[in-house]
Amino acid sequence: MINLEILIIYKIFKLAFCSEFFKFIKRDYKLAKYYKNTFKNGGEKMKLTRRDFLKLSISSLVLSSFSLDLSSVKAYAKELRIKNAKEITTVCPYCSVGCSIIVYAKGGKVVATEGDPDSPINEGSLCPKGSSLYQLVNNPYRVLKPLYRAPYSDTWKEVSWDWALDRIAKLVKETRDKYFIHKDEKGRVVNRIEAIAHVGSAALDNEECYILQKLMRALGIVYIEHQARI
Amino acid sequence: MKWIMKAKKERGAKLIVIDPKFSRTAAKADIYAQIRPGTDIAFLGGLIKYIIDNELYFKDYVVNYTDAPFIVVPEFKLPDDLDGVFSGFDPKTKKYDKSTWKFELDENGVPKKDPTLKHPRCVLRLLQRHFARYTPEKVSEITGIPKDKILEIYEIIASTGKPNRVMTECYAMGWTQHTTGVQNIRAMAIIQLLLGNIGMAGGGVNALRGESNVQGSTDHCILFHILPGYLPTPKATDVDLKTYIKNYTPITKEPKSLNWWKHRPKYIVSLLKAFYGNYAKPENEFCYQYLPKRDENKSYAWLNLFDAMYNGEIKGFFAWGQNPACSTANANKVREALAKLDWMVTVNLWDNETASFWKGPGMDPKKIKTEVFFLPCAASVEKEGSITNSGRLAQWRYKAVEPPGECKPDAEIMNELYKRIKALYEKEGGVFPEPILHLNWNYGDEKVDTTIIAKEINGYFTADKVVKGKKFSKGQQVPNFVYLQDDGSTACGNWLYSGSYPEEGNMMARRGKEDPTGLGLYPKWAWCWPLNRRILYNRASVDLYGKPWDPERPVIKWDASKKKWVGDVPDGPQPPLALGGVLPFIMKPLGVGVIFGKGRADGPFPTYYEPVESPLSKNPLYPKYKFNPLAKIFKAKPVDKLAIHDPRYPIVGTTYRVTEHWQTGVMTRHMDWLLELEPQIFVEMSKEFAQEKGIKSGDKVIVKSPRGELWAIAIVTERIKPLKVLGKTVHVVGLPWHFGWQWPKDGSGGDSANLLTPDVGDPNTTIPETKVFMVNIEKA
Repeated sequence: MINLEILIIYKIFKLAFCSEFFKFIKRDYKLAKYYKNTFKNGGEKMKLTRRDFLKLSISSLVLSSFSLDLSSVKAYAKELRIKNAKEITTVCPYCSVGCSIIVYAKGGKVVATEGDPDSPINEGSLCPKGSSLYQLVNNPYRVLKPLYRAPYSDTWKEVSWDWALDRIAKLVKETRDKYFIHKDEKGRVVNRIEAIAHVGSAALDNEECYILQKLMRALGIVYIEHQARI
Repeated sequence: MKWIMKAKKERGAKLIVIDPKFSRTAAKADIYAQIRPGTDIAFLGGLIKYIIDNELYFKDYVVNYTDAPFIVVPEFKLPDDLDGVFSGFDPKTKKYDKSTWKFELDENGVPKKDPTLKHPRCVLRLLQRHFARYTPEKVSEITGIPKDKILEIYEIIASTGKPNRVMTECYAMGWTQHTTGVQNIRAMAIIQLLLGNIGMAGGGVNALRGESNVQGSTDHCILFHILPGYLPTPKATDVDLKTYIKNYTPITKEPKSLNWWKHRPKYIVSLLKAFYGNYAKPENEFCYQYLPKRDENKSYAWLNLFDAMYNGEIKGFFAWGQNPACSTANANKVREALAKLDWMVTVNLWDNETASFWKGPGMDPKKIKTEVFFLPCAASVEKEGSITNSGRLAQWRYKAVEPPGECKPDAEIMNELYKRIKALYEKEGGVFPEPILHLNWNYGDEKVDTTIIAKEINGYFTADKVVKGKKFSKGQQVPNFVYLQDDGSTACGNWLYSGSYPEEGNMMARRGKEDPTGLGLYPKWAWCWPLNRRILYNRASVDLYGKPWDPERPVIKWDASKKKWVGDVPDGPQPPLALGGVLPFIMKPLGVGVIFGKGRADGPFPTYYEPVESPLSKNPLYPKYKFNPLAKIFKAKPVDKLAIHDPRYPIVGTTYRVTEHWQTGVMTRHMDWLLELEPQIFVEMSKEFAQEKGIKSGDKVIVKSPRGELWAIAIVTERIKPLKVLGKTVHVVGLPWHFGWQWPKDGSGGDSANLLTPDVGDPNTTIPETKVFMVNIEKA
């Protein structure tokens, strides 16, 4: 966190001396006046969109007469980073409260993430996990290629998708054909296989959950479980 | 928490936190009580007794909307009569014969009732007698909570039995991960029914579910016992579709009951049509025989699965977005079980303790035959689809960027696997290939279009059809499940989600912010199953004439002039009960909230048993049965060991989470920011216990159970205090379970707390009792 604050202070100095900043202040001063009037005149409850909210928080930088209000500067710094970025909404991949997050992407990279103020569920708030979504996507530790560990080997080996998927399909078929139970000992048709098991996953999208269990059931698997059971 | 704080500030709500340790939530609470892990039914049973003895229940609600007035047959006996078990218990098989768990019926086959609630065999009076021995003194002795604090909490909770007061209850694994897990939740459901808090704005019993889409994955039933939409998986005894439908379609003789599950035939037939398309026809039972039938006497639940794997019965295994080597109770057993597989496929964003088990602690890769695949998948923002939160709200997520490297969206991996397996069966033939070859699977060649799947889940017409006077043509989306058919003219992947993607478009992607009720229901924000109904059982929030019990916060109300409901989507359009309508609990055959839960394996009322591993030698309430006699206990040798009142393990252990980490930590240990905040496993203990053991904060200690041991950093804290239980001091320690040997790379995080926990399970769900176990601690 200390690093972040140093960065922000550095940005303040940088911004203070660039002409773009003054243009920005001018624009924002107009905006601030507009909101001020709206507040004064507005008899009815003002409805802010997420964009307005962001602009308003930037305006507070101007209204606070250059005092070091870090939250406003953070918002300003973000505004620069997300300039011309594609903006999509997502839902946090951690717990199941369902907080909405805005994801900004530029040049095929996620450049920023922030809580979505429009969502009635979180109104922009995020916990430490949700706030770290940026690092989940831009993560140096992800595995980027299929890996294979041969029997009795002590290392992973990178393999191609084609090779891995063909090998898995072959193993599934071999195991299924060998252990498939068409009828049980009482002579009843059961069409199941108990020698293959599947677990997962609550981290998948609904559409994936649906086709995954459809696939596993089509194979005849009955050991189908996931973390809802633990 | 944001909304809880708002309720406190704006409405003067009271926050009560009951937890074995003083948590961050407890820091904001009006009342905090430290409870001994696993004693919740004692606490809740005492509360039920308090509510009934003091007549603080919501009488109109209880009489009209629950089974409290129903009369039970005289043959039924309580644990009060039988030293700790209900009638029908067979000590040999440790199972119940439930033939005495039933109501007396009148000449029409409907349960006899006593609306005055005085009959000694009516459900309410039986409940009162059942909990008579759960006095505040006894509850205090068992739970370790002082008596005055117990009464203070009881008084506040019972005050919500008035029509204009309400309580909501939130729980998580602290209640489910017990051998009495289901009965913990039932106890609270009974309390909420007695207080009239179900169906109300701000009421309910709310699971704070874990994973981002665990509600959705449960709805789509990646579980051995259910098919999408909570349709039971067929057993060997369900020999054909006709038998299946007969066995699982409830009938009722109660004329005012909607008995919604009477529609089950439409849902199973539409599901089979979604699975097998044109191959599913009336003359072949819609391919019913393609579905695997499970052994009716066998459980295929998570713990059973790993037990079977340990015993060498399972050869091939998919761990898709899962890390069982850390998440499963008695994790050492799982790690050894994985070494007995022929092959394993893991799909994840990061390597983890399951994928790399063969190089884990104590493993010799040269002796492990398992062939292991790691398939790298896309993160949530690298693909498109919906997830469902704890409140049943399905929200759509968009794709921001392409997956990095060669990572693929999970749906594409599934698609590729299916196509290759199918090609092999087409080419080579094989055993019973029809369910694979005939599977209705057209989601795209390489890239998968998830909206096609979402539309299949919603359902569509497979033939031209007139339903309820409306004409539909083949290929059209069904508006919602009310239009599904049992003749094969509709296909639907999950009836509960029918309505999420109708002809009008993707309802889950909506972002409307209107809140016409003012209750925060936001009916146009995303989409909620069923039928976009935001509060379940909302017919219970009104009186017999459709007038809200709490007129200031109406969920729905009957507009007599227009003859319709206004507010939330009601549980059926029928008029109020007194105007020829239906009972509120529409999914139940008798239409009322169930207090007498005869469907449960371990008794119709929650009963207090000690955890399987407990610091006591006896159950203080029923000395003959120390722990739940139906608890699922595994006996694989030598890995399944229990500390049942074993002096070598005198300390109560429990596990929990921290805000900065997630589950086994795979999704958070790889994030430098989060790992910096919580870098390694710790064990929290009281000052008194630490002093006794000569342990200081920051010391490395070894925590041991009969099943395993691990190091942890001691945190000596005020957050956990020694408890007084039956006059003796009981020490409790707690550990988070987010860590594992594989990451951080240098092993500085420690290992999983589930190396300590026992694989004993709840008799209804088989969820393991990871929240209570006995340990010992020594300085490292």
